[in-house]
Amino acid sequence: MAILVNRETRVVVQGITGKEGEFHTGQMLQYGTKVVAGVTPGKGGTTALGVPVYNTVKEAVAKGGANASVIFVPAPFAADAVLEAVDAGIKVIACITEGIPVHDMLKAVQAARENGVYLIGPNCPGIVTAGETKLGIMPGHIFSQGEVGLISRSGTLTYEVVNDLTLAGLGQTTCVGIGGDPIIGCTFTDILKLFVQDPQTKAVVLIGEIGGTDEQDAARFVRESQLPVVAFFAGRVAPEGKTMGHAGAIVGGKGETVAAKIEAFKQLGIPVADTIYEIKIHLWEVLNKRRAGALR
Amino acid sequence: MKLHEHQAKDILSHYHVPIPRGEVARDSREVYAIAQKFGKPVAIKAQVLVGGRGKAGGVKLADNPDHAESRAREILGMDIKGLMVRKVLVEEALSIAQEFYMGITNDRTARRSVMMLSAMGGMDIEEVAHSTPEKIAKLHLDPNRPLADFQIRSLIYGANVPPRNWRDFVAIARSLHIIFTALDASLVEINPLVITGEGSVIAGDAKIVVDDNALYRQSGVSGFQEKADEDPLEQRAREKGLHYVRLSGNIGIIGNGAGLVMTTLDQVSQEGGAPANFLDVGGGAKSDVVKAALEIVSSDPHVEGIFVNIFGGITRCDDVANGIIQALSHLKLECPLVFRLSGTNEAEGKKILGEANLIPAASMQEGARRIVDLVKERTEPESIAAAPAYDVPAELY
Repeated sequence: MAILVNRETRVVVQGITGKEGEFHTGQMLQYGTKVVAGVTPGKGGTTALGVPVYNTVKEAVAKGGANASVIFVPAPFAADAVLEAVDAGIKVIACITEGIPVHDMLKAVQAARENGVYLIGPNCPGIVTAGETKLGIMPGHIFSQGEVGLISRSGTLTYEVVNDLTLAGLGQTTCVGIGGDPIIGCTFTDILKLFVQDPQTKAVVLIGEIGGTDEQDAARFVRESQLPVVAFFAGRVAPEGKTMGHAGAIVGGKGETVAAKIEAFKQLGIPVADTIYEIKIHLWEVLNKRRAGALR
Repeated sequence: MKLHEHQAKDILSHYHVPIPRGEVARDSREVYAIAQKFGKPVAIKAQVLVGGRGKAGGVKLADNPDHAESRAREILGMDIKGLMVRKVLVEEALSIAQEFYMGITNDRTARRSVMMLSAMGGMDIEEVAHSTPEKIAKLHLDPNRPLADFQIRSLIYGANVPPRNWRDFVAIARSLHIIFTALDASLVEINPLVITGEGSVIAGDAKIVVDDNALYRQSGVSGFQEKADEDPLEQRAREKGLHYVRLSGNIGIIGNGAGLVMTTLDQVSQEGGAPANFLDVGGGAKSDVVKAALEIVSSDPHVEGIFVNIFGGITRCDDVANGIIQALSHLKLECPLVFRLSGTNEAEGKKILGEANLIPAASMQEGARRIVDLVKERTEPESIAAAPAYDVPAELY
């Protein structure tokens, strides 16, 4: 089970012949990911780490049977890579690339939404279904199989939390890094909806941060769905940005601060951990409650 | 990248948005000459890249050249939120009948751009957004479809623009949209958009922020960047590809990944310490980047201790360790340095640092505690258990 990807998922790596693409393809293969194809325009017909390389995603789908993509294409060309994957009918795309122009992403995100594609990222660490497959750059060795799902806007902070959970004996189902950019594909709520339907996932850790108000939307969804969630937020003492103009304040308002996010979760009765080390303590509590409920 | 008002207005004017007659001056004599040439009352406006300039006293009106010169002397050299005013824009003063707000930015939640128009323009638009959000008309823009005039008109009806100005407003909104797209902007804003006593429409102020990720293809604006616009340490960091923000405390922080660095700052404050900065070396940082990071953090005179917190994924702990050693080979570090290395090549990294006179920590929490204690011993040897030096607003916890 788990969500988005599992050991059967057939992955195409867009940008497989680049330095990062090739290194992480190696890491993914080592973790057990079925990397069935790579795409680099102009290098079709060659192989990388034994994986056949094609010129187009369409070929990777037709000849390699790919049904998910992970993108390591350099920033100026990455949004185009997303559009190509969407056009080829891929339904799960993890875009790892950092530094993509926002206007390019506005178009790519729109295309993904119109075609029912789960676009994860950009500027994200990717997706790991523990013990089964990984798409992206998360270090595989920190994960262990279990019943906790995780959604995060951050990269290294996610590793830090996963590592702590694993050491505490709290294994994971799927961990999704949704990315830190202003315009991203899937939001917290999009991924929470998948976790609700996954019988294997018994509780979810949500790691938010300063900026935007997606966390508040997520809190309302958590409340409605009754999904057991523990939240943590980074940036309590983040510097006040030397912002210019009023547009940001009009759109996000005071809801963009960590204080406002914590307040929103607490008001709805969703536990918020004050340090990353408290996440596991809250998790034990919500998992125990859930088990007690199931016994009744 | 933020543009100065005068730069933003030049761009608006190029796209046919009316702007007041104005010139830039760097000393008060020039201001006198400009005011004399205009022969009318003028506004003298500080050109600094922060918000809240008006409230800080950076905008003043003057009736005649002498008056303008003395006003300019007050503004030039002024400090506004840490930035020194080095130039002013001298403009013909406008006769204002009505002030609107018009802007385009990205709405993260809707994952689209949004055009906004309000009849409540001027300095308190944020308060309007907070207390009466219905007074701001919004239009979300489809990135894959052209913007039609009827859509803009729907905004204009929603903001109670006088009918005789509808045509001007549509034209200006259209220009803003073209600028927003053509410049890869994350913000284009006119506040106030003025209807003058004579009934014409003109941009009273202008702000443009260009997406840094797109600067590689915006050579036209990247030349606008001026050295004086940034904190010198922040500027040095940017040149090295580091994300550094200076704060007011005394514990230097270096980490990888924005979320982890923010959490490290939080952890240090929760232990009673005061972070001196935010510094993210980014993903996959090599030793030269880490070396630069340590040089920048240690050159802040307020720093009494440094905490390096790395969780290696793409970043390799041995690369980080080598960077620290390289920096220490020519830097004379006079304060304690606590390091925490976990993840990729952790053992190699620890071995490299084991030979230097540095303090290891097993976790972020332990490292934060350690550096806070060490800094307290240095700065307040008499009372180690004193209250937290850093004033964290209580409502955050």
